[in-house]
Amino acid sequence: MKVLVPVKRVVDYNVKVRVKSDNTDVDLANVKMSMNPFDEIAVEEAVRLKEAGVAEEVVVVSIGVEKAQDQIRQALAMGADRGLLLTTDQDLESLTVAKLLQKIVEEETPQLVIMGKQAIDDDRNQTGQMLAALLGWPQGTFASEVKKEGDKLHVTREIDGGLQTVSLNLPAVVTSDLRLNEPRYASLPNIMKAKKKPLDKKAAADFGIDLTPRLTKLKVTEPPQRKAGIKVESIEELVSKLKNEAGVL
Amino acid sequence: MAILVIADHNNETLNDATLKVVGAAQKMGGDIDLLVAGKGASGVAEAASKVAGVRKVLHADDAHYAKRLAEPMAELIIGMAGGYSHIVSSSGTDGKNFMPRVAAKLDVMQVSAITGVESADTFVRPIYAGNAMATVQSADATKVITVQPTAFDAVGTDGSAPVETIGNGAFPGISEFVAEELTKSDRPELAGAKIVVSGGRALGSNEAFEQYIYPLADKLGAAIGASRAAVDAGYMPNDYQVGQTGKVVAPELYIAVGISGAIQHLAGMKDSKIIVAINKDEEAPIFQVADYGLVADLFEVMPKLQEAV
Repeated sequence: MKVLVPVKRVVDYNVKVRVKSDNTDVDLANVKMSMNPFDEIAVEEAVRLKEAGVAEEVVVVSIGVEKAQDQIRQALAMGADRGLLLTTDQDLESLTVAKLLQKIVEEETPQLVIMGKQAIDDDRNQTGQMLAALLGWPQGTFASEVKKEGDKLHVTREIDGGLQTVSLNLPAVVTSDLRLNEPRYASLPNIMKAKKKPLDKKAAADFGIDLTPRLTKLKVTEPPQRKAGIKVESIEELVSKLKNEAGVL
Repeated sequence: MAILVIADHNNETLNDATLKVVGAAQKMGGDIDLLVAGKGASGVAEAASKVAGVRKVLHADDAHYAKRLAEPMAELIIGMAGGYSHIVSSSGTDGKNFMPRVAAKLDVMQVSAITGVESADTFVRPIYAGNAMATVQSADATKVITVQPTAFDAVGTDGSAPVETIGNGAFPGISEFVAEELTKSDRPELAGAKIVVSGGRALGSNEAFEQYIYPLADKLGAAIGASRAAVDAGYMPNDYQVGQTGKVVAPELYIAVGISGAIQHLAGMKDSKIIVAINKDEEAPIFQVADYGLVADLFEVMPKLQEAV
């Protein structure tokens, strides 16, 4: 089967972003950008499915600025076969991204879409579910294990209180959680090889989908700050403070 | 205007998060109906009828809703959407699973995991792992919203709403429940616990959690949490993870043991009333948010703490 993996270019997870002084957004000038960590896990899973002989082809798609090619190249270096970039300078919302991905799915006809459960920039956790809904496909969200069982896909999901396994008809959408796998580092020879793998580009605006956002960002502010308290010297002092000062014990 | 709140439950008990979600819904303004979709969940429907400020409880009972899989849940909710200006659920793993599906089918951009309600169409939510707060206004006709329960006060349970049985939605028949493995524990649930004892990578093993974290938690009647680093290292299962990509908690007392305090962890616990940090690195960022910090080797002091409480 063919697997489609959407990936997003986001602020590197080690960067502590700062709010702009005019409170219009966060300041992303000159910060390091990377592939969304959950998407890296999705790429790894797709490549493993290929290595296990379950998948024949892994196609990576990203929607964003020209530079998002870097993230596609990284996925190709990890073992994906080819890439597709839908270029736009607009900051697109999850619903719009899901609609664009729906178009790509209709063109590529994959049996499986694997993507990160959430992007670490806007933390919305919804694009995969939205794509599944638009396609009328089942979804296996927050996956910690993916197994093909006959003509079904068994997905073990990280849920409140434990794990849940569901059986999905194919085609399906799976979103990756942290423990699905540990993504590989691309080797230098594979990075070189990835440069020769095909990467097509199309304009996101050419798909006939309204890219206008539904949500207006009125302002972006610093989160309320907590003040550092005091250092205690011993367990005795700590317990006494908790009992007598804080009243929580 | 009317608001449909989707109840969080396990067919046996109504999750307390629902009381907080109703609290958030009240700030949006409008009559509030509570949907209980499950199998054999009439006890939950009865508990839901006592939730203060609810106009009526809508009870759908079918085996397809037993595990609240996203596909049938979304169909049920979409079928009811016409009568409501807002569809609201908690941002637990059930809501996170089915709500975006509802939103997409209604051609709505969901507002996820809100922590504040400014007005009927304007909401506050954390972005970038809680490093910034965005205030967003929705232009959609129906607002589809998930709520971070810890950010809102629970409503009371002195209501008396009627319970109405409703018909089922379509069953897409494309997904099936196979099995579940729930953590069996007599400890309180992490998301709603009054005290949380959390361990980090410094513990070094699952055995160390059992030896140094569990006994204190049991003595205090606390829930157990873990940092993402501890989960990544395999010391604890993912459902113990506190942080932006795990659970967000706001207990009366949060005890962070051997946790350095990565941004994404702080995003999951910084609304706790009192934070205690025990870490041997005095430069650890956790001390910047802790009310009481103790610079010490956890392996030395945890047995003493257990004795002393």
